[in-house]
Amino acid sequence: MRRLVLIAIPYVWLLALFLVPFIIVFKISLSDTELSIPPYTPTLDFSAGWAGFKEFLAGLDFENFVWLTEDDLYWKAYLSSLKIAIISTVLTLLVGYPIAYAMARAPQEWRATLLMLIILPFWTSFLIRVYSWMGILSQEGYLNQLLMSLGLISEPLIILNTNTAVYIGIVYTYLPFMILPIYSALEKMDESLLEAAEDLGCSRFSAFWLVTVPLSKQGIIAGSFLVFIPTLGEMVIPSMLGGSKTLMIGKVLWEEFFSNRDWPVASAVAVILLLILVIPIILFQRNEQKQREAEG
Amino acid sequence: MRRFSLFNATSLTLGFAFLYIPMIILVVYSFNKSKLVTVWAGFSTKWYGELIRNDIFLDAAWVTFKVAVMSSTLATVLGTMAAIVLVRAGRFHGRTLFSGMIYAPLVMPEVITGLSLLLLFIGIGMDRGVLTIVLAHTTFSMCYVSVVVSSRLVSFDQSLEEAALDLGCSPFQAFRLVTLPIIAPAVISGWLLAFTLSLDDLVIASFTSGPSATTLPMKIWSSVRLGVSPEINALSTLMIGVVAAGVITASLISKRTAVRQQREERAAERTEAA
Repeated sequence: MRRLVLIAIPYVWLLALFLVPFIIVFKISLSDTELSIPPYTPTLDFSAGWAGFKEFLAGLDFENFVWLTEDDLYWKAYLSSLKIAIISTVLTLLVGYPIAYAMARAPQEWRATLLMLIILPFWTSFLIRVYSWMGILSQEGYLNQLLMSLGLISEPLIILNTNTAVYIGIVYTYLPFMILPIYSALEKMDESLLEAAEDLGCSRFSAFWLVTVPLSKQGIIAGSFLVFIPTLGEMVIPSMLGGSKTLMIGKVLWEEFFSNRDWPVASAVAVILLLILVIPIILFQRNEQKQREAEG
Repeated sequence: MRRFSLFNATSLTLGFAFLYIPMIILVVYSFNKSKLVTVWAGFSTKWYGELIRNDIFLDAAWVTFKVAVMSSTLATVLGTMAAIVLVRAGRFHGRTLFSGMIYAPLVMPEVITGLSLLLLFIGIGMDRGVLTIVLAHTTFSMCYVSVVVSSRLVSFDQSLEEAALDLGCSPFQAFRLVTLPIIAPAVISGWLLAFTLSLDDLVIASFTSGPSATTLPMKIWSSVRLGVSPEINALSTLMIGVVAAGVITASLISKRTAVRQQREERAAERTEAA
């Protein structure tokens, strides 16, 4: 009995506030837009009983999804989100790997401090971290001031409100997600393997390429998913640092909802985003499981 | 003795410069006298004064704090329960769905979570305000809490609980006297995590709040759309300061508990040896 209560409380909470809302999103994505409150139709009328339910089902269709495929704004937004997410994952890997590598090869007594310094930004507001780049990248910002005073450029670079700024923002905010799994893979590595490779005639570079990189593969995969998955639905970074040309699906959904007040279309956008995300999420979980099995 | 190689020292320096310089600039320029944020005109704390006199920011800060305290406390209770269910309750009907619902919010885009909760609140005709934000924040942060707590639960020796039960404790007493003290560090860090997640959240709060409740991130968001402002710099500095103080306190506490635990273990070993 006590066990039942223990299970039931969090279970019911999650059902009511996580699962049921999803079913509602799915349902509304099949509804039609209406100029009323709530702004969609049909609405389920419980008082009409079974007949009401049948009528309700008859009112649902895939019109919004058809519409999404016809309006190329949405296609472009999904594709450009994918493109931005892939490019920024690769960039984060390129920036993060040397840092993780250096941390794993640092003197033992330094490692805890370095780890703490990587985790600390996690605790600071995401919004503030993105905001801090607005002052740096703007036309009269600190970066342009620095470059002009060094005489490297004569005209300010336009970085803010472009995709470049979005990439910088994503790499900056998601870097710790990439560094931590790679660090933990590299830290476990037995360094005598490298000596063996060098004894057997490998150059240091090829030893790195043939031994270190494959041994950190799990960390690279985990880190890449941890960056890729949240980036795909990102809304804050493209809205703050990107320009009007930066199309990302999270931003489109936000605008569809708050500016156009088109709930059914916003819901359909959300359902498709979720479908796109299911594949990387399953792959990620499989990778984690493989790792656990390898360790256990 | 290991030393840093030149390459490693360079990548660490550049990496940490990249991570910390933007925030350092933000903090430094919050003390700038000029209204133009990018031009240094001398030291001044006037933007902090402006901030304190600005009722809109104070209200938003109060709402944010209330929401964060309530949602993180609720999330800690629910998340700890969920962790116990995941680790200790064994098999039951719908376990797969349950663990799915615990892990899914961790990878769910915030826009989707926010949208779905808003549609729920409208569907059941609930007025949007502080309460709906608390419900929304509790739901996603309880999942983080349960992940943190369950990793601690997995690693500790279950026979301690069984011993307490054998010695006549009720299950609740065994939990309160044995389990809770052992998992306490994880529960506290779960609470802190939930608290900062709530303080930080913009997207879900924007979807689930009504005109009566504006949180600080929502306020920052709407002013930042107009560009960088010295007041926001001052506000950000305060928030960074609060979080840094919190993290440092938490790490000191956990260090002290670790030291105490070690000492107790050593004492126990000595008595065993004697």
